[in-house]
Amino acid sequence: MSRITNTFKTLKEKNKKALIPYITAGDPHPDLTVSMMHALVDSGADMIELGIPFSDPMADGPTIQRASERALAHHVGLSHVFKMVKAFREKDTQTPLILMGYANPIEAIGVEAFVERAKTADVDGIITVDYPPEECVQFTKLLKEKNIDSIFLLSPTSELDRVKLIIEQASGFLYYVSLKGVTGAANIDIEQVKSKVGMIRELTDLPIGVGFGVRDAATAKEVAKISDAVVVGSRMVQEIENSNQDNLIQNISKLMEELREAVN
Amino acid sequence: MQPYDMPDEKGHFGQFGGVFVAETLIEALSELRAIYEKYRHDPDFLTELHHDLKHFVGRPSPIYHAKRWSDRVGGAQIYLKREDLNHTGAHKVNNTVGQALLAKRMGKPRIIAETGAGQHGVATATISARLGLECVVYMGSEDVKRQAPNVYRMKLLGATVVPVESGSKTLKDALNEAMRDWVTNISTTFYIIGTVAGPHPYPMMVRDFNSVVGVECKMQMNEMLGRQPDAVVACVGGGSNAMGIFYPYIDLREVRLIGVEAAGHGIETGKHAAPLTANSPIGVLHGNRTYLMQNEEGQIIETHSISAGLDYPGVGPEHAWLKDIKRAEYFAVTDTEALDAFHSLCLTEGIIPALETSHALAYAEKLAKTMKPDQVILVNLSGRGDKDINTVAKISNINL
Repeated sequence: MSRITNTFKTLKEKNKKALIPYITAGDPHPDLTVSMMHALVDSGADMIELGIPFSDPMADGPTIQRASERALAHHVGLSHVFKMVKAFREKDTQTPLILMGYANPIEAIGVEAFVERAKTADVDGIITVDYPPEECVQFTKLLKEKNIDSIFLLSPTSELDRVKLIIEQASGFLYYVSLKGVTGAANIDIEQVKSKVGMIRELTDLPIGVGFGVRDAATAKEVAKISDAVVVGSRMVQEIENSNQDNLIQNISKLMEELREAVN
Repeated sequence: MQPYDMPDEKGHFGQFGGVFVAETLIEALSELRAIYEKYRHDPDFLTELHHDLKHFVGRPSPIYHAKRWSDRVGGAQIYLKREDLNHTGAHKVNNTVGQALLAKRMGKPRIIAETGAGQHGVATATISARLGLECVVYMGSEDVKRQAPNVYRMKLLGATVVPVESGSKTLKDALNEAMRDWVTNISTTFYIIGTVAGPHPYPMMVRDFNSVVGVECKMQMNEMLGRQPDAVVACVGGGSNAMGIFYPYIDLREVRLIGVEAAGHGIETGKHAAPLTANSPIGVLHGNRTYLMQNEEGQIIETHSISAGLDYPGVGPEHAWLKDIKRAEYFAVTDTEALDAFHSLCLTEGIIPALETSHALAYAEKLAKTMKPDQVILVNLSGRGDKDINTVAKISNINL
């Protein structure tokens, strides 16, 4: 059983929902990423989504775009990301780590090499924003062989047949994009999310995470009621953006604690 | 030999092309594919399209024998397909007219577009004004500076021009931003992509709408000379004017197809926009797989060209395919060579070409010299250069 599946199982037994913060690797500085990851776990994160910086993040709003730009200013790419994951694993072998990014940096080193290195670094799941299931059959197969979960996005526009197709390919959990738009966009319509998540739940036993519009603790609380996991990205990155080196860890920990409390 | 029949039904040209987008766009692309399949051979749609191309755009555009310039160059006879004479001044309008008619049939009230040189933006604003559709054009803030006349033109036509400040602030970033808009406003908005890139069905659809250029050329060359050219030459950024003129010639094997990329300061300097000529690696950007200028970590690198319309790190997936199967050849010319050809055509033929087009002209000059006077080169004169006079004046240290 994968770490991700195991974590969801344990949380379910305790009747708890997973809380998954997103940060971009290397933002604001590559030396800080690993300690930020530990701080997030210490203050309530069940899993961590680590963004792979990309020059052209088409699905991201301005907040996460800026995070990518800050990371790229320090030339952070996949090789750094794998080093960070390894460094994190020296102290934490329990918390699932999910890499989120775009196809091009993965293809630049080659999908086989990527999967190999992800396994060596001990990554648990991959979200590739611009890899719909039809275009990544080989990649999904390679990941499966290495017991790394392929996490796919579902959207408000995904019709029934599409949801079925994605469920067949997916493992770990399904990531429901709560709104039509980019990351960090307008507030989400909870009723609409509820009905779509309900529809997906009838088709699968996979846990369902919701993200892309969770802007505060109150929204996180509402989303937790109707899903198995809450992903908080742009809000977390915004906190990083508004902090300085001295109060960064303190600020993100505080935000994480607030979210944890709301989700519980 | 099998007739050329690409892409496959999933939008692949061999390993290139495809649909690499976030999930939210998948449904919209399926819808677009279905609508396009429904109308691409529909007699009423085609009648309306051809009516617009004739009466609004001014088609067919003539082919002109640039005799004085050919004599000056020495060698082959150079003929020019005068897409610069279209309404709005470039080939871009062929595609926007087609896509806007689809938008109308889909009942979408809002049009968005990306633009580099501004020609596609102007062509989109034009057709939106004519059909009474809201129009928003994304343009890199660098390009907004370089192409001020076109920015004002779009505004006159009622479009909103949004300067894009992210990344390199050029065409690729405008495309990113347009995609972000589309994903957000998907139910009301039709995205008119201006080049043969993007996710399927865009590369195919933009090619098809532009292929009126090549279809006309085949008839016109036959009427004028009773034969087809030995070589067809067109500039390639994303590659829409080149695909438009190449496509009907693909099965005529004896006609050389030559795409000309922007070598900027020179391929060897790294400051260029020529992924095919520079043998860039294969990658994924803007919804398709193609040759792509990038660093070892897969980050897209900044490109350079004097012409905003060629300043793009990728290339349409069909060009990548045509290069691999060796049906088309690709070369690059520098900023300086393009400028020389620009001036040369102005002075010998009384035609001010776009800086993009000047790249094709510069290569045609080189090629003509290696050919005989009874041989024929057909250049797609894809756009007029009025929009570029500020850029050229600045280079010549002239204050307008």
